[in-house]
Amino acid sequence: MLSTLDYPLLSGILLVCSLGLITLYSASGEDVDLLIKHVGRLVIAFMAMYIVSHIQVSTLSNMSLYLYLIGLVLLIAVLVFGSAGKGAQRWIDFGIFRFQPSEIMKIVVPMMVAWIMTHNSMMPRGAKIFLAVLSILVPCSLVILQPDLGTALLIAASGLVVVFLAGISWKTILALAAAGSLSAPLVWSMVLYDYQKQRILTMLDPWSDPLGAGYHAVQSMIAIGSGGIAGKGWLLGTQSRLEFIPERSTDFVFSVLGEEFGLGGFILLMLVYLLLVVRGFWIGISVEDTYSKLLAGGLSFTFFAYVFVNIGMVSGILPVVGVPLPFISYGGTSVVSLMIGFGILMSISQRMKPH
Amino acid sequence: MRRSRANEIDQYVLENRYMLILLMIALLSFLLFMRVAYLQIAQHGRFELLSLENHIDRVPLEPVRGLILDRNEEVLAHNVKVFNLEIRPDRVSSLDRDLEELSRLVEFTQEDMQALKTTLESRPSFERQTLKTNLTDEQVAVFSVNQHRFPGIELKVDLQRDYPYGDLTSHIVGYVGRISPDDRELVNEQGEYDGISHIGKIGIESQYEKTLKGAPGHSQVEINAHGRIVRHLKQDLPNAGQNLHLSMDILLQKESMAALEGLEGAVVAIEPKTGEILALASAPTYDPNLFVNGISQTRYAQLNSSELKPLFNRSIYGQYAPGSTIKGFVSLVGLEHGFEHAREVYCPGWYSLPNSDRRYRCWRRTGHGLIDGYAAIERSCDVYFYDLAIRLGIDRLQEGMMRFGFGQKTGIDLQGERSGLMPGMEWKKRAHGQSWYPGDTVNSGIGQGYMLMTPVQLASVTATLANRGVAVTPHLLRMTENPVRQQSESPVVAEQKQIQPQQDEFYDQVIESMRRVVHGARGTARGISTDMRYEMAGKTGTAQVVGIPQGQEYDEANTPKKYRDHSLFVGFAPLDDPRIAIAVIVEHGGSGSKVAAPIARRLIDYYLMDRLGLFTPEAESPPDRSDLT
Repeated sequence: MLSTLDYPLLSGILLVCSLGLITLYSASGEDVDLLIKHVGRLVIAFMAMYIVSHIQVSTLSNMSLYLYLIGLVLLIAVLVFGSAGKGAQRWIDFGIFRFQPSEIMKIVVPMMVAWIMTHNSMMPRGAKIFLAVLSILVPCSLVILQPDLGTALLIAASGLVVVFLAGISWKTILALAAAGSLSAPLVWSMVLYDYQKQRILTMLDPWSDPLGAGYHAVQSMIAIGSGGIAGKGWLLGTQSRLEFIPERSTDFVFSVLGEEFGLGGFILLMLVYLLLVVRGFWIGISVEDTYSKLLAGGLSFTFFAYVFVNIGMVSGILPVVGVPLPFISYGGTSVVSLMIGFGILMSISQRMKPH
Repeated sequence: MRRSRANEIDQYVLENRYMLILLMIALLSFLLFMRVAYLQIAQHGRFELLSLENHIDRVPLEPVRGLILDRNEEVLAHNVKVFNLEIRPDRVSSLDRDLEELSRLVEFTQEDMQALKTTLESRPSFERQTLKTNLTDEQVAVFSVNQHRFPGIELKVDLQRDYPYGDLTSHIVGYVGRISPDDRELVNEQGEYDGISHIGKIGIESQYEKTLKGAPGHSQVEINAHGRIVRHLKQDLPNAGQNLHLSMDILLQKESMAALEGLEGAVVAIEPKTGEILALASAPTYDPNLFVNGISQTRYAQLNSSELKPLFNRSIYGQYAPGSTIKGFVSLVGLEHGFEHAREVYCPGWYSLPNSDRRYRCWRRTGHGLIDGYAAIERSCDVYFYDLAIRLGIDRLQEGMMRFGFGQKTGIDLQGERSGLMPGMEWKKRAHGQSWYPGDTVNSGIGQGYMLMTPVQLASVTATLANRGVAVTPHLLRMTENPVRQQSESPVVAEQKQIQPQQDEFYDQVIESMRRVVHGARGTARGISTDMRYEMAGKTGTAQVVGIPQGQEYDEANTPKKYRDHSLFVGFAPLDDPRIAIAVIVEHGGSGSKVAAPIARRLIDYYLMDRLGLFTPEAESPPDRSDLT
């Protein structure tokens, strides 16, 4: 009955979740209620993963277009009816639970792009690429409008990596990169909100305004840096216990980990994350059909992008965009969508060639 | 088929791309590792320090300022509990809005607001500033209920300096005030003033600032991001300042101020043997409590511009022509130089120098006739002293008088004492660029002309006379006391100095003459001797404020007040065992015998009889002195 589960992935996820519970206990100020809620969400997410792992890859492939269209409708619905959280409209309230459609797009967009690239064999290759890029840009733009820059970036990464894996020529890649960098100033002036511009500027020099716009970045760097190699010890981080780190249970949970467990804690966490990523790629390499390969690579890379963007922003090399640390940050939708992603990987893993 | 094959994704390219992506992941992971390692290894020291600074704060603990007590342990200055509002500007989200809302709960004047804003601009924003002092119980209650609406503004219980005797002691004790930019230089050294908001500005409070202040302690605390103290790590307690015991007697001070009621003038009373100041009164006066938390500008302007000069401490700053009060001292200088006290001089009512027709008048127009030193002092004959001064010459007169302390600071332990002036040839050359004329010597013989004395100087030289030539530095501090050990420490013993002349017979003659001023049948102060139960020595003085032109009369009733004579009296009592030496000056009071002398009598009576219990009808003999110690 548990044969659909991939044990290397499962053990990696359980390991990260355990690290997350230990860190969250400290970050929340030993708030057991919060921990119980978090475990509850993990259980729901594991169930979602288990269910998804039973779905055949062919079914997933066939559902790609419909899921994508539903996703777009939900994104538009968010803009029209959504409820605000921290100044941005991201949620749809279903009464018993709230749902963040942009999260699920991180899975649906790579599915959609993989589907475009592998199906419709009559379509010329150039048109496919155009369609793929368009299918990435549309949800990205809708998410930016919410506005949620972090998620938009992750959605873009999840789609573009599939396009890249699909083997588009370096010429096309160069052309896309050129188009991207040319539109960057346009995005800066037309699309980005003032607070987002401020975050990017502050990232360049957070110490210019350590009590204002740079506060998050500076306090977080102080926490990580003061942890040193061995860390201050569990429950002993002054930056987190005395509430100097804002959002220490959610997006900035890594600074708590860095402060209390030091460089050792970071290396351990990173190794487990890389284990999950490499296992994902290994699954992709070991399966026959192209859709599976593209999707496995896309989902694994998206997972890595989460980790990179989060730790990058918390340690001060990327702007502060709201991206959680997978399986460690407190928060609902991201856990569920991440687990669904791993459920898909497990579903794909069942088609691996026996070695 | 060809077309569809071309559309197929090349498995080789795909695996190639897989490798590229994995390579990119490896590079990005390494980048993260380098970044975290840079923060945690290379920059660890810096961030560890920043993290410590974040949450460890050193909170200064204010020491309790020493008390100031009078000679009978009456409290003159102490610390009372008050409620103040304090602000940490960096923790306030919107200063203007908070202040406006706050002003609906507790009153603020426009002036308060402006003063606060000026302070806030010049000081670092993490430094606590006082927003309002002395909240009423009602205001405390109203603010406490609304505290949550004002983060960064706190109610604080403070000790505030209070002067229970108010204006009675202002010219002695002085007052403390908020540390101002002018004090910064003194205050910045080595955290000596950590947590201390007030500093002695004037009087004893300023003179003995270092003794009174105490040493601040510190508490090392852990604070959270919101500035709340989470726990105390360690503490070194502040050391309270020393208590000061002053020599003054608050009841004699009160009596002195009552005697000067409605007048401008000063009284200084000294215990001759010890030099201890018993009273130091300057009228009019002011309430020192107004200054503790900063006096309002209008109030200060009122005090400062008043013609009566209440802020001016006449007892040590006021310089007056001493007039006839110095005659006894001139006699002593004469005796020293061989001019017998019994020597007679003829007083026709005026004196003139050889080869000059300018007449120096005696106060008694009809003259005293043949008069000796005893009678000249008793009746205050001017001609006798014009003559004596000319015979001595200014050099000998100046030198002799300065030995007694004329023109010299007394060394009283109050800042800013003036030195008065004992003029001489060199001085005149230096100050006026003119040579000394014999006429100047004539005027100096009766304490007029250039000669100036402060009330404390007059009391001090009188004490020296009472001591028969033993000069004792007048002082206010009797001893300091450590309040923790309740133990008196370092009793102050003033410097004593035997001055020339020291021949007892000289003093006998002069003191006898001054006894006759009060007790003699024709003494200028005989009016005060009625029912006096003890004997005393004294001398009246009536000092001209403006010169009267030759041939004109001084008519008190028709002279505007500011040109009227100053009224002076010096004396000591009892004659055989002096317990009090006193100097009284009433500005524009007129004749010394009519105004200053009765005040001196009243105060000596009060001190000897009411305070010391001497010469009372009940105390037959001998007087009980146990209450002195």
